[in-house]
Amino acid sequence: MTASLVLTAAAQGVDELIAALARRGYCVVGPRLRDGAMVLEELQGAASLPVGWTDEQEAATYRVHRRDDRALFAYAVGPQSPRRYLSPPRKTLWSALRIEGGFQFEGEADEPPPYAFVGVKACELAAIAVQDKVLRDGPYPDPSYVRARQQAFFVGVNCGSPAATCFCTSMGTGPAVEAGHDLAITELLTAGAHELLVEIGSDRGGEVMAEVQSTVSWRPATDGDREAKHQIVAESAVRMTRRLEPTVARDVLIANLEHPRWDDVATRCLSCTNCTLVCPTCFCSAVEDVSSLDGDRAERVQRWDSCFTLGHSTLHGAGSVRGDTRSRYRQWLTHKLSTWWDQFGVSGCVGCGRCIAWCPAGIDLTEEVAAIAREKEQ
Amino acid sequence: MVPEMPAEAPTIANVTGSRAPAGPMVPARYRVTDHRQDNADTVTISLMPIDDPIDDPQPGQFTMLYAFGVGEVPISVSGCPRHEGVLMHTIRAVGATSRALCRLEPGSVVGVRGPFGVGWDVSSAEGSDVLIVGGGIGLAPLRPVVREVLAARERFGRVALLIGARTPEDLLYAEEVERWRAVPDVHVEVTVDAASRGWNGHVGLVTALLDQLPITPSLTTSFLCGPEVMIRVVARDILEAGSPADHIRVSLERNMHCAVRQCGHCQLGPLFVCADGPVVTWAVAADLLAVRRW
Ligand SMILES: Cc1cc2nc3c(=O)[nH]c(=O)nc-3n(C[C@H](O)[C@H](O)[C@H](O)COP(=O)(O)OP(=O)(O)OC[C@H]3O[C@@H](n4cnc5c(N)ncnc54)[C@H](O)[C@@H]3O)c2cc1C
Ligand code: SF4
Ligand code: SF4
Ligand code: FES
Repeated sequence: MTASLVLTAAAQGVDELIAALARRGYCVVGPRLRDGAMVLEELQGAASLPVGWTDEQEAATYRVHRRDDRALFAYAVGPQSPRRYLSPPRKTLWSALRIEGGFQFEGEADEPPPYAFVGVKACELAAIAVQDKVLRDGPYPDPSYVRARQQAFFVGVNCGSPAATCFCTSMGTGPAVEAGHDLAITELLTAGAHELLVEIGSDRGGEVMAEVQSTVSWRPATDGDREAKHQIVAESAVRMTRRLEPTVARDVLIANLEHPRWDDVATRCLSCTNCTLVCPTCFCSAVEDVSSLDGDRAERVQRWDSCFTLGHSTLHGAGSVRGDTRSRYRQWLTHKLSTWWDQFGVSGCVGCGRCIAWCPAGIDLTEEVAAIAREKEQ
Repeated sequence: MVPEMPAEAPTIANVTGSRAPAGPMVPARYRVTDHRQDNADTVTISLMPIDDPIDDPQPGQFTMLYAFGVGEVPISVSGCPRHEGVLMHTIRAVGATSRALCRLEPGSVVGVRGPFGVGWDVSSAEGSDVLIVGGGIGLAPLRPVVREVLAARERFGRVALLIGARTPEDLLYAEEVERWRAVPDVHVEVTVDAASRGWNGHVGLVTALLDQLPITPSLTTSFLCGPEVMIRVVARDILEAGSPADHIRVSLERNMHCAVRQCGHCQLGPLFVCADGPVVTWAVAADLLAVRRW
């Protein structure tokens, strides 16, 4: 589908879009400025967005700045991704009560609402497609993920503001929204006008837009608008100086499992788990029993886990298989960039750059791969 | 021999509300029908379903066993319902959950998910010699292999069973091992790390007994389970003796929280041990285990 149109008043257009989605029963989620970072929270209207703000990211650095305009989507990705909603950090799998002669399951809690995500970058959509392969498309789909995923509505944004940490271009996952969206927005901000080019990506996207068009001013999209969009994403692509070649990374890492660089990075890595927790594709989880004080009620709780913890690979009697930071960092990087291909046929990295910005030690995976590629063992 | 169904297998309502939880992480409830203390820290429990039973497991597959309010752990099937009439697990008490499972008396209820993973594929060994090597609790997942081979003894060549235990008192299934020993054309050897009084058998590593076995390595299918160090040495030795790597099957152990390829804990390089294993051939395992701490 290529149907497209231009909402001629950007903020009002987003207000109406959010209202239309809310009327359809969605909990509308998007970027909001909170405690100095763009987080993903429920949006009430365009004013909930970080209007006129942008971000600056570098290794171990994330800062927000004011812009001198009223741009709605002029920032890269923050620490949170839709993963937080589709596969939440903590969820109850089931609960049970002790009864005479055994235990009995409790009825399931209410389902979370369907989510509509507004302002989703191409790398996020690519990350969701990666998580789909893990949680939805395997032999044992996760029912709560499948439900959340099927219901979710995505308003993508063609990225005009990559951070210095981004490298989606080289990963082939952005900056243009090309798949997985219901609607794709390009923010057209010039001296005289603040408009949104909206491209329709699905039937339900078309239905929502029809409703929006009936309440706000709009005009058909022109070749000029489409040209402006290409210009914006092309400039973003050029601005991205960090690079990772996905198939090169795959082959280089697996061939260099004993490279001295792993020792080197181990002296810098704090095993803090930040990278795995901000990564939009990481899926590791742990399941724990939480019992009531009297022991008569038990809940099975699944929470995000990380391969940087010792417990991740604990074996009774043998301790942790990956007992040192070197082996844990190697697991993270080789899984993400190499063995993920064996398991799921794609890279586990979409180039969002979060793990670079949120690493307190400023470790940059693109640089680690480059170093290993430069000084190959073989 | 199929033991009788327990007199009354009481059914208990599945769920308090109307919507029962569903999905691969929700166990079926089973009742403990028998509890046998195998040695000081190891117990074999027999289970009968309360809810819809799990699919019939293959030897080498495992289940996730849940102890109410404590936790859930991967435990190999040590007796298949089609052989025994009940689902059997042999559990060594090492931590909170395995201890809780070992304490369960007949009548108690556990959760069971599964069966999971790739099993031993015993029938693929038909026509060849068979070597079974179990160290410690590693004998548990091999017990169904022995049962299956003995049930169709004529389909296999020479059969050797090598069992290692820490001490004579730690030996699993002691009475059953004696019965296996009594089968005419099955060669059984038991060795212990440390002998105690009255022990007349072998002392030392299982590997010391390998070259005395009446099998032809190049024509043998091997099934190995035990500590990873034992697996490495035994696999190396039989490989050197001429057995092809893809005829050596080993059962791997990794931390597991889901068994359905989603928690990430069981990874070994490209493998999810819960789904691509636990049984893999040495052709697959050798390179992966050669990388320290992978
Ligand atoms: C495929 C497979 C088959 C197994 N079959 C048997 C069997 O037949 N009999 C038997 O006694 N044991 C078996 N084990 C080992 C058994 O799962 C562990 O002893 C058990 O998980 C220990 O849990 P715990 O809570 O008692 O101990 P803790 O040490 O308190 O466990 C702490 C955490 O580490 C995990 N963990 C610790 N050790 C292991 C381990 N070895 N494997 C996986 N997770 C571990 C636990 O699940 C838990 O999350 C098997 C393991 C695997 C992977
Ligand atoms: S590995 Fe880093 S750059 Fe790649 S998807 Fe994860 S957080 Fe983003
Ligand atoms: S093993 Fe590590 S890198 Fe791989 S998904 Fe789990 S936490 Fe992420
Ligand atoms: S045990 Fe969870 S992925 Fe294998």
